[in-house]
Parts: sequence; C-alpha cells; structure tokens
Amino acid sequence: MQPADLPQAKVSIQDLSLQYADGTESLRGISFDIPANQITVLFGPAGGGKSTLLRCLNRLNDLTEVKKLDGKILIEGENILDPKTDVIALRRRVGMVFARPVVLPFSIRSNLTYGLELAGERRKSRLTEAVERSLSQAALWEEVKDRLDDPAIALSGGQQQRLCLARVLALQPAIILLDEPTSGLDPISTGKVEASLQELKKTYTVVLVPHSVQQAARTADFAAFFLQGELVEYAHGEEAFTNPKDQRTEDYVTGRFG
Amino acid sequence: MKKSLTWREYVITRAIKVSGYSAIVFVGLIFFFLLREGLPVFGEVPISTLFNTRWYPIEEYYGILPLITGSLIVTIGAALVAIPFGIGTAVYIAEVSPRWMREVLKPLVELLGGLPSVVLGFLGILVLSPYLRVLLDLPTGLSALAGALLLGGIAIPTIVSIAEDALDAVPRSYREGAWALGATRWQTIWRVTFPAAKSGVLTAIMLGVGRAIGETMTVMMVTGNAPVLAILPGSILSPVRTMTATIAAEMGEVASGSVHYHVLFFIGMVLFLISLIVNIAASSVVFRSKKRAERILS
Amino acid sequence: MKRFFSIDRDIVQRLGFSFLTIMAVVTVVPIISVVIYIIVQGGPAVSWEFISAMPHDGMRAGGILPAIIGTIYLTIGTAVFSVPLGIAAAIYLSEYAPDNRLTQLIRVAIINLAGIPSVVYGLFGLGLFVLFLKFGTSILAASLTLSIMTLPVIISASEEALRSVPQPFRTVSISLGGTRWQTIRRIVLPEALPGILTGVILGLERAAGETAPILFTGAAFFLPRLPGSVFDATMALPYHLFVISTQVPEMPIQIQYGTALVLIVFVLGMNIIATVVRSRARAKRQW
Repeated sequence: MQPADLPQAKVSIQDLSLQYADGTESLRGISFDIPANQITVLFGPAGGGKSTLLRCLNRLNDLTEVKKLDGKILIEGENILDPKTDVIALRRRVGMVFARPVVLPFSIRSNLTYGLELAGERRKSRLTEAVERSLSQAALWEEVKDRLDDPAIALSGGQQQRLCLARVLALQPAIILLDEPTSGLDPISTGKVEASLQELKKTYTVVLVPHSVQQAARTADFAAFFLQGELVEYAHGEEAFTNPKDQRTEDYVTGRFG
Repeated sequence: MKKSLTWREYVITRAIKVSGYSAIVFVGLIFFFLLREGLPVFGEVPISTLFNTRWYPIEEYYGILPLITGSLIVTIGAALVAIPFGIGTAVYIAEVSPRWMREVLKPLVELLGGLPSVVLGFLGILVLSPYLRVLLDLPTGLSALAGALLLGGIAIPTIVSIAEDALDAVPRSYREGAWALGATRWQTIWRVTFPAAKSGVLTAIMLGVGRAIGETMTVMMVTGNAPVLAILPGSILSPVRTMTATIAAEMGEVASGSVHYHVLFFIGMVLFLISLIVNIAASSVVFRSKKRAERILS
Repeated sequence: MKRFFSIDRDIVQRLGFSFLTIMAVVTVVPIISVVIYIIVQGGPAVSWEFISAMPHDGMRAGGILPAIIGTIYLTIGTAVFSVPLGIAAAIYLSEYAPDNRLTQLIRVAIINLAGIPSVVYGLFGLGLFVLFLKFGTSILAASLTLSIMTLPVIISASEEALRSVPQPFRTVSISLGGTRWQTIRRIVLPEALPGILTGVILGLERAAGETAPILFTGAAFFLPRLPGSVFDATMALPYHLFVISTQVPEMPIQIQYGTALVLIVFVLGMNIIATVVRSRARAKRQW
C-alpha cells in the first residue's frame, strides 16, 4: 500500500511490529517506504503509534522497556534494528526534535556544539562554522548571533524549539525526525518552523509527526495515516487530505473523530 | 579515536557497577569480621556464664545480662522522652507553625542531629548530672536517667526530621476534604493527616530509637558505668552500663585474641543484629507503604 | 446546643495547639542553649595560642593543635575513600540499576549501613584494617573505617541529587549521539553537583565529629608531635574532648569548654557551608 510513483526510498520499513513491556501493543505489521528529500508526515489520533515509530528510527526506544520487536528498518539498505548496529553513529545520522523544547543547561553555542563534541570534534573552526550554519538553517541566526554565549534557557519558547532543530542540524544528519515540534508554539513561531522545513527537505529527509490535521495538510509531501498501531493509508500529501481512499482516513481528516 | 572512547566507557561503566554493589559487600564484610572475632567465644566461655548477671572480666565473669538490661533501660527511657517530644514537634512544624517558621525550625533541629555525641556527653558530665544529683537528691547524677535524657535528645532530630517529612507528604486534598466536612484543623490532624502518615511516623520512631540503642560516647560518659543488673524501674536513677559503652571502654585495654576480646566482639555481633532487625523492619514499613501509595495513584 | 459544641471544639483546638507549641519550644530551646552555652563558656579559652600550639603539662596547658590537625587529616582521609566510591554508587543506583531484587538488596544494605552503631564500625575497623590488613592503629585505618560509616549518607544524598536532574536532558543527550557515560559526565553530574556536595559535606561532618569508630583504629591519647605518615596514629578533636573530660584529673575547665567550642565550630561550620551551598544552588537552578 504505497503510492506508485514514490521517489527513491531513503528508509524502508518492513513488517515492523512492536510491543511494550507493559503489554500495550504499539505497532502492528507496518510496511512502507520513506522517500529521500521529501517531507513525510505520520498523522492520526493519539496512541496510533506515530511517536513509537519515530523512536524506532533512531533506536531511542532502546531506552524504554520493549518486550517484542519484529521486522526490519532499512536505512540506505542497512537494517538498523540489527543488534550489531552502531546506535551512536545511527543517532548522529538520524536526528530528533521533541514535542517540548528541551534546551540543555548550557549557553546557546554549547547547545549547538554539544553533539559534535560528543563525536570527538575539537577543531574550533569546525565548531564555529557549524554554529552559524545550523542557526541559519533553522532561521535563528539573525535573532541570536550577538548573544551566543547567553544561557539558552533565556530564549523564548519558539526560539528554544528552533535552537533544538539547529542542534540536530549541527550534526548534519541524513534524516530529521520531528515529534509534534510546534505543539507548544504560537502561530508565528509555528510558521517559521514550517517554513524552515520546506527549505530543509532540499538537503535532508524529513519525517514529521504534526500536531494537527491542518499542519499535516500544509506540510505533507507524503502522508501516512496511523490508527491504533496500524498503517491505514499512505498516499501523496494532497491526495490523503482531499481524496482519501479509506473511510477511516476520511472520517479523521474531515473531523468526525480524533 | 572511536575505539578508545568505547574502551574508556566500558571501564568506567564497570567501575560504577562495582561501586554500586559496595554497600552489600561492606555489610557482608562487617558481619563476617564480627563473626570471625566473636564466634570463638562459644568455645571459650560456657553459655551459662555468658548469659549470667555478673560482668567482671578481670575475674573472668562474662555475664552480659547487666549490659543488655543497661542498654534496655537507657533506650526505653530515651524512647519515652524522644517519642512524645519528637512527634509533637514534628506535628507542630508540619501542621501548626507557619511556613517560614518551618524553614527555621527544621534546619535547627537537624543541627542538633549534627552535634557530636561526645559534646552532649561532655555537657552531661558538667551540667546535666550535677543538676540531676541535686534535684533528685542522688548519690551521683551519672545515672541511667542522665543517659536516657541525652539519648532522647539524640533520637529527637531523627524522629522529627523523618516524621515531619511523612506528615508533609500527606496530600493537601485529604486535609481540605476533612475541612470541607466541617472538621477543625485539630481534628483533621489526628483523624486524617496523622493516620495517613502513620507508617512514616513509625519508621521515624524505629530509626530514632535505633540510633539511641547504638549510641556510644554519650552513654559511656554519663551513665556511671556500673555493670549491675537493672530490672526494677527504680534502676533508672542508678548508674548502669550499656553494651556499646562496654565495648568502647574495654576494647582499648584487652589483648587481641583473648577471651575478653572475643566477648566484646560477641557483644558487637548482638548490636549488629539488633540494628539489622530494626532497620529491616523500618525499611519494610517504608517499602510497604510506598507500594500502597503506588496502588492508590495508579 | 450547637453553639456550645463549636466553642468546645474551639477550646480543644486552642489547647491542643498550645500544647504542641510548648513541646516544640521544649525541644528547640535546649538545642539553642547548648550551642550558646558552649560559645559563652568556651569563648574565653580560645585564643591563637590555643588553636596553634602543642599541648603541654599533661595537656593541662598550651593548645590543641595536634587534635585539630588530626581531625582535618581524618576528614580528608575519609573524603578520599568515601567520596568517589559514594558518588559512583549513587550514579549506579540513579542511572544504571535495573528495578529488580538485587537493586532492592543494595538499598536495604545502604539503610543497614546507616543504622549500624558507630562502635560496631570501630570493632570492624579493628578487625579488618588494624589487625587483618595490618595497617595498625593509624590514620589510614581510622579513615577507612570512617569512610564506610559515611558511605550511606553520601550515597543517599547524591542519588537524590542525581534523580532530581530532569529526565529529558538525558533523552536529548542520547538522541544527539551521546553515550550513557557522556550524558552523565557532561550533563547529569554537573547539574547534580551542588546536591552531591551538600551530601558529601554532611557525611564528612558526621565523620569529623565521631569518636567511637576511631577509638581502637587510629586515635591517640596524647602525641607530642604531628603525625608524620598515614600509618601514624593521631589525636582528634572529639576523642581529645572525651579524654580531657573523663580521663585526665584536674583538667582546667576552660580548656575543656574551649575544645568543645572548637569542635562544634568545626562541625557546625561544615553544616552551615552545606546549607549555603544548597540554597545558593537552588536559587541559581535553571529548571
């Protein structure tokens, strides 16, 4: 079940099932491809398994107690669920922005260089270059360029979230995961984040869990509708919202439930 | 580069894990060394001598009953002082006093907990026991009573601190529910808050009294150090000798490996077991109530 | 009828509250008096000579320098062993330990360590460090004994401080490619440091004031010189106070009070430092 003309796949998810240790089943037999250099939106009502899937893509679910995990996730052909995978390298390649902005208790600059320093980067020129580049890409450079050494906590909520995005970009990942990144933001900040996503997809593969159907419709190149751990429909963005094939998708996007 | 990082990480993680188990290792080591030095006693002294009423090591009388009763009477006396005052103060701080006063009183009481016991013993000798001697017309003020009063003072900070935490942890909604039903604050304290915090208060009492049993320097300095059987309530006014004080006073003068040495370690073993029982009992109360709280919350 | 009832309840409450207030006063006033009394009585005895000179005339004159230095040595020695071990154990419990029976056993062991009578630590130190490991009656043996006694305080306080660092910091760090240890070292530990420091100071404060554990492991009745190595025995303030108040006849009373004053200044000074560290860190905290 996927659009016939899907561009070249960056990520290929094959028959992925996941069950948490507390017995709740979160994903059942998910298979679909995520295309490179597009914005793929995972949407649907809460508890559908979107965030769980996101956390599988960079193995952040290793931190939670998972009872059962079957299937494969191929990123550029390599199965990242393989126990032999270097998860640290994987997480540098697959960055994640969370629902609530969590700035680390450092300066703005140190927030941005944190990931690179963990990776062993010590060259000052590289770090400085990464700070400017990532801030520009996240549309934050102009606002903070004169106070890079201020504590990051002093930024506004919207700025903090863009800093979190920039922090991921500083590592130059291949894939960016965003889990309801604008749920706590005002409309103007939301607009800025959405605008930068459109820029970013030229360089990166973007996977977004939006915080509303409207945002899904605005941003999606491709859209996957999740309901209770199952992938119900996967289509071109426009098609999923204007002409859904599945009744359940239609009910959801027209606001009959959810 | 990458390789060395993971190698370092591995070593550090190992070291942290090993340190994590250190508490178990030390409890085990302490028990082992007490057994090693204390168990030979059973081959050297008949049990009937050991559980006799005469402690006079120079003539090889090793009856530890006077020491046990000495510890008991001082501890009971301390509990009678510390429980009402400790709990009363905890209730006052948690329920009656204004918030700012709590911020002053609690650190102050905990400060007493930090006073070295040798200082309290010192004041016991110079101030408390002369006062008791005159007040109660005793031959000497260095008595079980002086020990009990000071030990009470040592147990109070523990009791106040833990009991106050327990009272403070009772959800505000419980209290508001009782007030809404027309109960006064006083009724609410005794019928709602206090019962809700019961297990925490119980833990406080056990740990406070446990501290009193194990206290050494203060009792050694003020109880007069007479190893006589103390069973009548009247013994509270006469000098006694506790288990802890006996070890502290005599260990310095015995030859290691002698019978006397082994007996002192045997007393240490008894003390260790008492503290083990008290603490396991106290912590099981905590664990049980925590589980209950988790059930209520989920 | 109803009115009488409510007046009655009012009176009960008022009496009850007064009663509790009196209990609190009776508990708190002696604490303050003890401290003030020692300051008043001991103050006149304390002079530069008192804290900087060796004792002479059978300790009935001169200063208490060796006891002060000894207590400082013992406190440092205790810190050397107990601080790294205690913090590492706290990191294990807060960051690594699974929620299972073994971890519960560790917690029970910590609670028990905290409850073992101090004189039993003394016996243990005598058995293991002085005799079995043949360290002799020494600063080393006494410090090791005190550090094991201090360990539960440091572990509990440090674990609480580590746990209070918000979980999302860890998740973010891991998601940026951090290993667990990198996350601990760069974020969790620095943020928990003030709390850990408070716990460490409170633990060492207890060690500095203890007498029973060092009685047979490292304390010297009288030493006419400062200890030269960790294998020397040493004088120490709490033991010295015990000695001069019970073992030395015709001891001038001012010297006794002066020694008590120096001891509580030492111990309560650490307590106050801990309180200040804690409250300043709370004011500065960003979360």
